[in-house]
Amino acid sequence: MSETVLATPAAAPARRRDGLRGLLRKPLFVVSALITLLYLAMAAFPGLFTSVDPRACSLAFSGVGPSSGHPFGYDLQGCDYLANIIYGTRSSISIGLLVTVATFVLAAVFGGLAGYFGGLVDGVVSRTADIMFGLPFIVAAIVVLNMFPQRDVLSVSLVLIVLGWPGGMRYMRGSVLKVRNLEYVQAARVLGSGHTRVLLSHVMPNSLTPLIVLKTLEVGAVIAAEAALTFLGVGLQPPAISWGLQLSAAHSQWQAHPHLVIFPSIFLSLAVLAFVVLGDSLRDALDPKER
Amino acid sequence: MLGYVLRRLAAMVPVLIGVTFLIFALVHALPGDPIAAMAGNRPLSPSTVAALRQQYHLDESLWTQYWYYMTGLAHGDLGTDFHGRPVSELIAERWPVTFNLALTAWVMKIVIGIGVGVYGALRRGRLGDHLALGFTVLFIALPGFVFAFIAQLVFGVNLQLFPIAGIADGWPMSFLLPALVIALETAAPLARLTRSSLVEVLRSDFIRTARAKGAAPARVVWGHAMRNSMIPVVTYLGLSLATLLGGAVIVESVFNLPGVGGLMVQAIQTQEGSVVVGVATFIILVYLLVNLVVDLCYGLIDPRVRRV
Repeated sequence: MSETVLATPAAAPARRRDGLRGLLRKPLFVVSALITLLYLAMAAFPGLFTSVDPRACSLAFSGVGPSSGHPFGYDLQGCDYLANIIYGTRSSISIGLLVTVATFVLAAVFGGLAGYFGGLVDGVVSRTADIMFGLPFIVAAIVVLNMFPQRDVLSVSLVLIVLGWPGGMRYMRGSVLKVRNLEYVQAARVLGSGHTRVLLSHVMPNSLTPLIVLKTLEVGAVIAAEAALTFLGVGLQPPAISWGLQLSAAHSQWQAHPHLVIFPSIFLSLAVLAFVVLGDSLRDALDPKER
Repeated sequence: MLGYVLRRLAAMVPVLIGVTFLIFALVHALPGDPIAAMAGNRPLSPSTVAALRQQYHLDESLWTQYWYYMTGLAHGDLGTDFHGRPVSELIAERWPVTFNLALTAWVMKIVIGIGVGVYGALRRGRLGDHLALGFTVLFIALPGFVFAFIAQLVFGVNLQLFPIAGIADGWPMSFLLPALVIALETAAPLARLTRSSLVEVLRSDFIRTARAKGAAPARVVWGHAMRNSMIPVVTYLGLSLATLLGGAVIVESVFNLPGVGGLMVQAIQTQEGSVVVGVATFIILVYLLVNLVVDLCYGLIDPRVRRV
């Protein structure tokens, strides 16, 4: 009996490591991980990928298509489009990561507390989440974003975080409920550990995996949501450089200048695809039951 | 059964109050003066402004305004826009567009999603399964409005099969393309859910028994397995119909369809707070009611639920 109690928490990380090693043999994972790294590098050091200044523009070149030296052509302001798309990576990736990390922390904390303590804490947290869940996401995002006169990466992320935490919270609460009554948790309680210790060193580590998986899958969705909101005119605003803004400007022009729609679309779709596939392979590795 | 319906209706009330209050408070916090937005460029005398503020209860506290709104709502009044037209009338005008789009997209989504899911479950682990799932991932990854552009470009401009935008051609021609965009974009979760649920059921003992008795493969899948794997799928389908009926803001905007979602965006841009709140309330009501209907439908599929 005491052996099982001791073995269970240790076995989970070991299994996790095995799964992660197996990942490196999966071509889909390797390709999506490499593409993701490329995007991260582009977001961190855009200067490495283009030597052209995205803000050096000349109206003489407005809307000119791809040409030598400027493979993606120019946008309507006559700025080099490739440079603009590369510099646009930063806002998309920052919002994607910022929102995912913040909602992960909120979901882990509130879901953990609600699931572990139950009762009043659970009541307050879960009912709040129910109400947030009742809001249609896009509609709520449009209304809230309109409250900000100036919208930058931080304010857009903030809105997506506030609206986005309940999903993960429910997930986390569910897995904490499962773990809470397991024998090793009871054993820890009986041995005299306080709530903080039981929660932090027994319950949380053993119930986080589903949430980690959910959140890796969500990075792509957040990037797509930001682009869609910006496209609707309630996300980022100029002078920010972002794929959503480029697509928004190009929308009315796409019959005359199709390259303005095509190139940011490719960059955006590939980014979302890479993150979704990455999350998918991580899920297969971390959570074999779901396969 | 009646008691269950009443209990569920009662449980909707706090959610409805919470959500409408949240929207109400948010709209209240919107920057800009609604009276100035209403007047446009015309100058208004201070006394007119004061009269208008009083007429729309803008001089009262948030709580009082919310109370007026909820009293109106209880009488079926969703408020009026700045020109005095009832919001319910604005919604009624646009509802057919959203309703047609939502139902068309929903049916397409069911055909695609369940089709791919069942195919994947029956050929589990083989090439066809991987290809079918990969296909759906591709559409998750393609952001909706990007996909809408591509559909417009290929089917509207190049092949000239469908109108690019607007509803001039009526149902079905004007609705097929936007509905297909919504359906493909949201079919992936449905396909995955159907697949995993069916795979689970196909492994169970009663399926083995049915096969051992010599039931035809088609009968085993459609007669025995499908019905038993449908509960999570029906839950998901209900949620998705409820979401679709709330208006597909982005697709409506790209295809220029005058639906409820478009009304919402337009009202936010013109700062007509009363319209925003009215439409949001309507969307939430539809959402809650569709979910209730779905829960009642469980009884049709799963007799065990009926006894509860």
